[in-house]
Amino acid sequence: MSSDIWTFIFGRLSWDVIPYYDPILVGTFAVVLVVGLGIVALLFKHKLWGYLWHEWFTSVDHKKVGIMYMVLGLVMLVRGFADALMMRLQQAIAFNGSEGYLNAHHYDQLFSVHGVIMIFFVAMPLITGFMNYIVPLQIGARDVSFPFLNNFSFWMTAGGAVLVMLSLFVGEFAQTGWLAFPPLSGIENSPASGVDYYIWALQIAGVGTTLSGVNLIATIIKMRAPGMTMMKMPVFTWTALCTNVLVVASFPILTAVLTLLALDRYVGTNFFTNDLGGSPMMYVNLIWIWGHPEVYILILPCFGIFSEVASTFSSKRLFGYTSMVYATIVITILSYLVWLHHFFTMGSGASVNAFFGITTMIISIPTGAKVFNWLFTMYKGRIRFELPMMWLIAFMFTFTIGGMTGVLLAVPPADFVLHNSLFLVAHFHNVIIGGVLFGIFAGINYWWPKAFGYKLNEFWGKISFWCWVIGFWVAFAPLYVLGLMGVTRRLRTFDDPSLQIWFIIAGLGALIIAAGVAAMAIQFAVSILGKNKDWDTTGDPWDGRTLEWATSSPPPQYNFAFTPIIYDNDAWADMKKRNAQHPTQGFRDIHMPRNTWAGIVLAGLSVVLGFALIWYMWWLAVLSLAGIVVVSIMHTFNYDRDYFIPAEAVVALESKRHKPVPAGE
Amino acid sequence: MSTATHNQPLPADAPAHPHPGISGDGHGHGTRRSYLIGFALSVVLTAIPFWLVMADVIADTTIATLTIMAFGVAQILVHMIYFLHMNTRSEGGWTMMAAIFTIIVIVIALSGSLWVMYHLNTNMMPGHVMDPALMM
Repeated sequence: MSSDIWTFIFGRLSWDVIPYYDPILVGTFAVVLVVGLGIVALLFKHKLWGYLWHEWFTSVDHKKVGIMYMVLGLVMLVRGFADALMMRLQQAIAFNGSEGYLNAHHYDQLFSVHGVIMIFFVAMPLITGFMNYIVPLQIGARDVSFPFLNNFSFWMTAGGAVLVMLSLFVGEFAQTGWLAFPPLSGIENSPASGVDYYIWALQIAGVGTTLSGVNLIATIIKMRAPGMTMMKMPVFTWTALCTNVLVVASFPILTAVLTLLALDRYVGTNFFTNDLGGSPMMYVNLIWIWGHPEVYILILPCFGIFSEVASTFSSKRLFGYTSMVYATIVITILSYLVWLHHFFTMGSGASVNAFFGITTMIISIPTGAKVFNWLFTMYKGRIRFELPMMWLIAFMFTFTIGGMTGVLLAVPPADFVLHNSLFLVAHFHNVIIGGVLFGIFAGINYWWPKAFGYKLNEFWGKISFWCWVIGFWVAFAPLYVLGLMGVTRRLRTFDDPSLQIWFIIAGLGALIIAAGVAAMAIQFAVSILGKNKDWDTTGDPWDGRTLEWATSSPPPQYNFAFTPIIYDNDAWADMKKRNAQHPTQGFRDIHMPRNTWAGIVLAGLSVVLGFALIWYMWWLAVLSLAGIVVVSIMHTFNYDRDYFIPAEAVVALESKRHKPVPAGE
Repeated sequence: MSTATHNQPLPADAPAHPHPGISGDGHGHGTRRSYLIGFALSVVLTAIPFWLVMADVIADTTIATLTIMAFGVAQILVHMIYFLHMNTRSEGGWTMMAAIFTIIVIVIALSGSLWVMYHLNTNMMPGHVMDPALMM
């Protein structure tokens, strides 16, 4: 009887699901506990909880939401990278009959969670953070279209991350690979909590991603400053628009697929089972209809960042603006026409494979056009080799090679040989690290002074740069070689001792990258805590060309006291050329959205709902779902949503910063 | 919603914040007549498929399925026109642009999936031999 009550209250949750038998996890837990408690204690000691709550957690300011996204992404990067290091170590030592130090259960979770975290909780938050922070500034807006929704989106993304982190210590994560293909992810083959963590973490984060996509599209379409026609928008804003169109069009597919998988697991439907009319191949087909646009969702904003960097640090207008825009749009459409190249080997006929192989190769044309545009932008420019520019050049070297191995994989007969091999692993790390991460690092170095008012430390930035670039090649070039030799991905132990040297080299590469990660952490620490900051008093430390550099660093909460009027593509460069002056009088009250706790509370309830569903605690699921509905309705009755910053306060803020704009160029 | 912050008219002394790129903005608002037409149409378009199924009107299930799907598409169009007030002019053409993009993506996803799954089903399901016609 008592066990019935226990089951009713806790579902399938019990002490057995805590992985206390695994010393690695216990050690990790201890470290997390100590560090976490230390941070909590420090926050109490310095009485920072109120500050965090009022200034950050409940803030609807797009800049603060953007920074919170960046923090989330960087923290999760450390977690995802730790997983990568563990895998590299395992593969470097599991030879000659050695089992390595990870059992299969743990290792399979590692490669699954590494992929999930790096895509959903590192790359996605980082690019969303940039789009949040930069887009309203670039289009001369005061905030995004739906400021509350923005805060809510962030917390839903963070909520998904919380669930993934929780799976480390309570239960387990999926052992299915990052896309959880059935029948392996079905209830028969994965009865434990792992796949459920996967499903609900992604569903919760997916709500945030989709809503932030809606929000940014509305912002870009509706809130541009007067005079900024579509073809006068900065390229980063263009790429953000296209990325969010992709988000809004593709994430519902992911949501639907995961819902069907959840139904299979929870109520016994047979969408993706092997029998009773189900088709696991349908899952693969559908999830890649989302999955391929997803990689363009990640890379397009980084193309935008590189376009801004190329033009700023070459001190000239971007070469081929129009072609850049059209290339972006073409990639947006084409990214929906290539998904089958992820499963050429699954049994389609030659006509299907040929069609998708050709569309895949066609995508390299607009992408190539972009690379040439960046090169021509640099041609005859006065290039300044600051950190963002260095990342651009490293990107062009690295990404181009990754792109070429991609075109190689797009040839179906070649794919039959290379499919599921380490060559593929090397290829997508080549484009995602060399493209997305390098782009994010360029962006961090480029826009940091805008966000915080001082430049990042250059010395540690350069060390980090060289460690990342060299480390990347040392880590992944061996995987190309191994892949060509036929080594498949996700292996835990190896029989052929001649392969070991390549894995050891790859492991060394991962260590060099680890040095890069550490150098970047030091770079942030030195820049934040250092006494001699490289202050940016002008708001325009790089001689920038787009509107975000027209306001102070960091921008006031209302971004622009007066909405700028746009006459030219590079609006700020144009203003400087015309010797425009910052207005010094005529300030008015500024209408602003008010902070709200609804976002973080709704996301918190969603995490509880996810946890309850994972552990079959049905009463808690019903309760938290009811809580979500009630809080949402309560929020709609909250009419205290806006306030005015009085003109005197605006005057005070503006007079603190404005020196006349430097004359001419 | 918080949109009010940006889209509501500001106090008279506040600077106007015009939104360029939006000509002929504003959503269409339906009249009682158009809502009633939409309601009647959607009821009819729901009732007919029900009747088709319940009364077993069409013997061939393939034809029945296709007919019901056609009614479904008509239903979607009715909703878009009469309830979402979509036309070529609203929001400066952006809603139409969004609708066209959505249709393109759905057509690609559906027709592509059918094509791909047909191939996979023919080639990979147990008990089948590879179909030479599909090897082309």
